[in-house]
Amino acid sequence: MRALLCLFTCLMLALPVHAQEALSPASDRSATGGAQTLEDILARQRGEEIDDSFRRSAVGDPDGAAGMAEQLGTLGGASDPELWRALRYNSADITSSSRGPAATVLVQDGGMRWLQFRDGPLITYGGYLLLGTIALLALFLLIRGRVRIDGEKTGRTIERFKSVERFGHWLLAGSFILLGITGLISLMGRKFLIPVFGHESFAFVATWSKWVHNNVSWAFMIALVMIFVMWVIHNLPDRTDLNWLAKGGGIFTKGHPPAKKFNAGQKLIFWSVILLGTSISVSGLALLFPFEINLFAATFAKLNSLGISGALGLGELPTVLAPHEEMQLSQLWHAIVSFVLMAIILAHIYIGSVGMEGAFDAMGSGEVEEQWAREHHSLWVEEVKAREGNAPQGATPAE
Amino acid sequence: MKAMLTAFVAVAVIAVGANVILDNVGYSSQDRSSGNAVRLD
Repeated sequence: MRALLCLFTCLMLALPVHAQEALSPASDRSATGGAQTLEDILARQRGEEIDDSFRRSAVGDPDGAAGMAEQLGTLGGASDPELWRALRYNSADITSSSRGPAATVLVQDGGMRWLQFRDGPLITYGGYLLLGTIALLALFLLIRGRVRIDGEKTGRTIERFKSVERFGHWLLAGSFILLGITGLISLMGRKFLIPVFGHESFAFVATWSKWVHNNVSWAFMIALVMIFVMWVIHNLPDRTDLNWLAKGGGIFTKGHPPAKKFNAGQKLIFWSVILLGTSISVSGLALLFPFEINLFAATFAKLNSLGISGALGLGELPTVLAPHEEMQLSQLWHAIVSFVLMAIILAHIYIGSVGMEGAFDAMGSGEVEEQWAREHHSLWVEEVKAREGNAPQGATPAE
Repeated sequence: MKAMLTAFVAVAVIAVGANVILDNVGYSSQDRSSGNAVRLD
């Protein structure tokens, strides 16, 4: 017991010492008159996080400037090094004859972090996510095989989707596939296509890829609104979803749990498409109209004030961003969310085509085999049959 | 399948239309970042 107490006391005494070490005392810069020291430069070159406020804030004091007739008065309270520092940290008061929204930003250092993240983790993990999803789906097909219609086919069909619904779906699907391919060309072409096809060919492909990506985006956004309006009512969660999810959609068992027009899996796809698709659209609009729509400084301020950034261990997020940094973050967010949605859609394409017998008809002709519908959407078939039963009968055939 | 093909045609029509509209509403980089005295083409 005494040994334990001793250990505890030692630990308690050691903690503040450790905390003091972690905070590291302010560097002594008296030898350089407050300017950065060799240690500062070496630390920066090692990529360490350094407190640069001693430079960032040393940009002169126009209010304390000497009178115009005094010595150095014409400098307006800021020496030349102070002016350069202000330019370096984007706090100088700059006027420009160029009308561009970001024309007065002469130096911003977020670009290097953005480039390193974009060319490193983003491409690596994004690529692995897509390849991994394809590999998992192939494995699933090998293990589970195609989900077949268990019962005997009736030869009768039920209308599952009207032509306007199918139009909306394919508008979204067609544009998304084009956007996915052209987005991947823009993101990964430099790394994977230039070495194979050369700069000339890639320049041609990249130019067209950009044109397609920028302009097809509108079809995606229109279709997203169409899909939401047409299907949101069928995708509100209800009790049948819990049962469906508890049974895993019946994917590994005999028979399928009852479902309405859309089962819980389809509802998850729907809400993923709506939420992630909206997020991709908003960040895409920010990229389409550079510097006009700034999303991140305001979002970071909200995350800070709600304590979410702290809870996630991100610390205090920056709330003052250069216009270029807003664009860089929009691009990263656009790509990350797109990778997630592409992975989800790969699974959706799989189950709607090779993965399940009879599923493609729903979006192909719009008419599905009644037996398929009874197995996968039993409650919906009952609703349809009840509606048909209640429908006013036409003229009775003459006898 | 008609709905699918119509949708694919619509993707192309919307894309070309969007390009024409955007070129004319004054949001090109040239319009946003330079004046009449500048010729970039």
